[in-house]
Amino acid sequence: MPTLTIYDAVGAALTEEMRRDHNVIAFGEGIATKRHELVDEFGALRIRNTPLAEGIIAGTAVGAAAMGLRPVVDLLFAPFLCYAMDELVNSAGKLRYLSGGQFSFPLVTLAMTGAGWGVGAQHNHNVEAWFVHSPGLKVVMPSTPADAKALLKTAIRDDNPVLFFLDIGLLYQPGEVPAGEHLLPLGQAAIVRDGRDVTLVSYGKTVHHCQQAADQLAGHGIAAEVIDLRSLKPLDEATILASVRKTGRLVVVHEANRLCGIGAEIAALVAEHAFADLKAPIVRLGGPDAPAAASYPLEQASVPSAEAIAEAARRLCST
Amino acid sequence: MTPKPPAKNPQQLLEQMLLIRAYEEAIVNGSAAGKMPGTCTSVGQEAAAVGVVNALAAEDLILTNHRSAGHLLARGADPGRLLAEVMGRRDGYCKGKSGSLHISAKELGVVLTSTIVGAELSMAPGVALAQSMLGRPGIVVCFFGDGAACEGSFHESLNLAALWNLPILYVCENNHWQAFVHRREAMSREHVADWAAGYGIPARTVDGNDVFAVLEAAQAAATQVRESGRPYLLETLTYRTRGHLEPDDQGYVDKAELATWLARDPIAAGRARLLADGLLSPAQAATMADKVASRIAVAQAFAEASPFPAADELTRDVYA
Repeated sequence: MPTLTIYDAVGAALTEEMRRDHNVIAFGEGIATKRHELVDEFGALRIRNTPLAEGIIAGTAVGAAAMGLRPVVDLLFAPFLCYAMDELVNSAGKLRYLSGGQFSFPLVTLAMTGAGWGVGAQHNHNVEAWFVHSPGLKVVMPSTPADAKALLKTAIRDDNPVLFFLDIGLLYQPGEVPAGEHLLPLGQAAIVRDGRDVTLVSYGKTVHHCQQAADQLAGHGIAAEVIDLRSLKPLDEATILASVRKTGRLVVVHEANRLCGIGAEIAALVAEHAFADLKAPIVRLGGPDAPAAASYPLEQASVPSAEAIAEAARRLCST
Repeated sequence: MTPKPPAKNPQQLLEQMLLIRAYEEAIVNGSAAGKMPGTCTSVGQEAAAVGVVNALAAEDLILTNHRSAGHLLARGADPGRLLAEVMGRRDGYCKGKSGSLHISAKELGVVLTSTIVGAELSMAPGVALAQSMLGRPGIVVCFFGDGAACEGSFHESLNLAALWNLPILYVCENNHWQAFVHRREAMSREHVADWAAGYGIPARTVDGNDVFAVLEAAQAAATQVRESGRPYLLETLTYRTRGHLEPDDQGYVDKAELATWLARDPIAAGRARLLADGLLSPAQAATMADKVASRIAVAQAFAEASPFPAADELTRDVYA
C-alpha cells in the first residue's frame, strides 16, 4: 500500500476526480503554485490561482456550482473562512432551499485548521461547529491520509456544499492509502479501536490522542472504544449511540473550544437517547474559550492530551 | 419552457412597465390589507429593468436581488406564480419558500437571486465561469444597486471578472437609496460607473428612467460583452420612489428630490413619448391599461387559490 501524507492524499484525490469528471475545477490562494503538477496535467483554466479574497473565491464557487461545475476551493486557513461566511452560509447553504430546490451547489471548501504550526489565533481556529450549525452544508474532518483521500473524493462527488477541514498538525504525517479507487460515505464514523468499558469519541488530531489514551488505559485493564467521527455533518449518530449503549461511559474529545462545540451536541444526543445506559456522567474535553496562542507550549496546552483523556476515562471507570 | 424573446416594439416595453407597476401595487395593497408580507418594490425603476432585460438573448442568464419583480416580469415570469410565491403558496416559483425577496426562476434564466446586498455580485463570476468553461453561449447579467456597489464584493467581483475575462454585464440600478441611507452619504463618488475604470472595465451611465435610452445602451453593452467575452458596467440612474420596505412613510426622504423624480416617472414618460410619436393612440393606451389590470386580477386570483405548502415541505430541499 502506498504511503502518503494528508497533503499528498488531497492532491491524489483532486487528480483522480479531475481525471474522472471534466466539470471538476479547483481554484484558490496559491493552489496552482503549490500543486503545479495539476496545472501541468489539467491546464491553467481548471487549476487557477486567485486574489487573496476569500469572499469572491467562495462566491465564485457558489455561482459555478449552481450552473454545473464542481469547484474545489482552497481558502488556506480556517479563520479566513470568516471572509467567506456569507457566500458559504447565506448563499451555498440557503439558496437551494430558498429556490425551492431549483439549484444544487456541489462545491468543496478546503481549509487548514488546528494547532501544530504556532501560527497564532488568526491562522489557527477550529471553526467547524459554525458550519455544522448552518443548514445546507456538510462538514468533514479526516484524521488519516487514507480517509482524507477517500472522503475528499466523495465530497467532490456530493451535490451539496462540503466544508473540508485539514488538521494542520496531521498534514505531513505519513499513512498508508489504499491504491486505486477507494471511497468512503460522508456520515460514517470509524470504530478505530474496539472496547467495552468506555467510549472515546473524537475527530481530527485528537483521534490519535484518544488512541494513545486507549493504549495507556489498556495498561490499567480498561478497554476503551475509540470512534473517529470523520464527518461532523452528517453525524453518525447510530455508531455513537451503539457504542455508548455497550460501554455505558462517554468521553467526547475535540480541539475546538468546548463551549457550544461538537462535543456538546454529542453529549446531548447521548443524554437524549441513551441516558438509561449510562453508568457515569458524560465528560467533554475541549479547548478553552480563548484564542489560540502562538507560543508553542501554550498552543499545545489548548489541545486535550492523551494523558488528560486517559485520566478522564479512568475516573469514569472508577465510578 | 424557454424565456420569451425580447419585446420587439416600443408598445411592449410600455406594457411590461405597466405590468410591473400594477404587480407591485397589488403587493403594496395586499400588504396594507394584511394579506401579504411587506416587500421591497422597484416602483420608479421599471424602465431600468425593462430596458436591460429586453436587450438580452434567450440564453443569457440573470442574477438579481430583492428588487427583482421588474427583472422577472420583463423576462416573462408569470405574475400569478410570482404572487403565489410572495404569499408563500405552493405554486410559487420557489414553492413558497422564497417569499418576495429571493425569487429565482431557473426556467427563465433568472438564477441565484439573493437579498444579501452584494451577494449577487460575488456569485456572478462563477455563473459566467460556468458559461465559458462549459461552452455555453449566454452572457451573464448581474443587477445590483448603489448599496451593493459599496460592498467589498462589488470590487472583488469586478477585479476577478476583468482578470479572468468573464462575460458579465454588470447593471447598477443606482436608485439613490441604500436602505435608509442616501447614496451621497455612502459613496465617495457620484457615479458607480467611475469605479469600473480602476479595473479596466468599460462603463456607461444612462438615464434609467428612459426605457428607450436604457434599451439602446444595454443592447450596445450586451453586444460588447458577447463579442469581447469581457465585463462591462452599465449604470442606470433612477430613483426608488416608494421607500425601502413596505410600508415606508419615507419621512427621511428629501421632498423636493422625491418630487423631481416622481415628475420623471418612467411609465408616464414612456407613454407620452409613444403618444407624441404617434406609436400609440389614447384608445390603445386605455386598452393596454385594462389588459394589464385584468392580468393582475387573474394572477391574484390564481395566487389566492393556491394552497399553502404542506408542513412536510419544511425540511425538503435543504440538501440535494
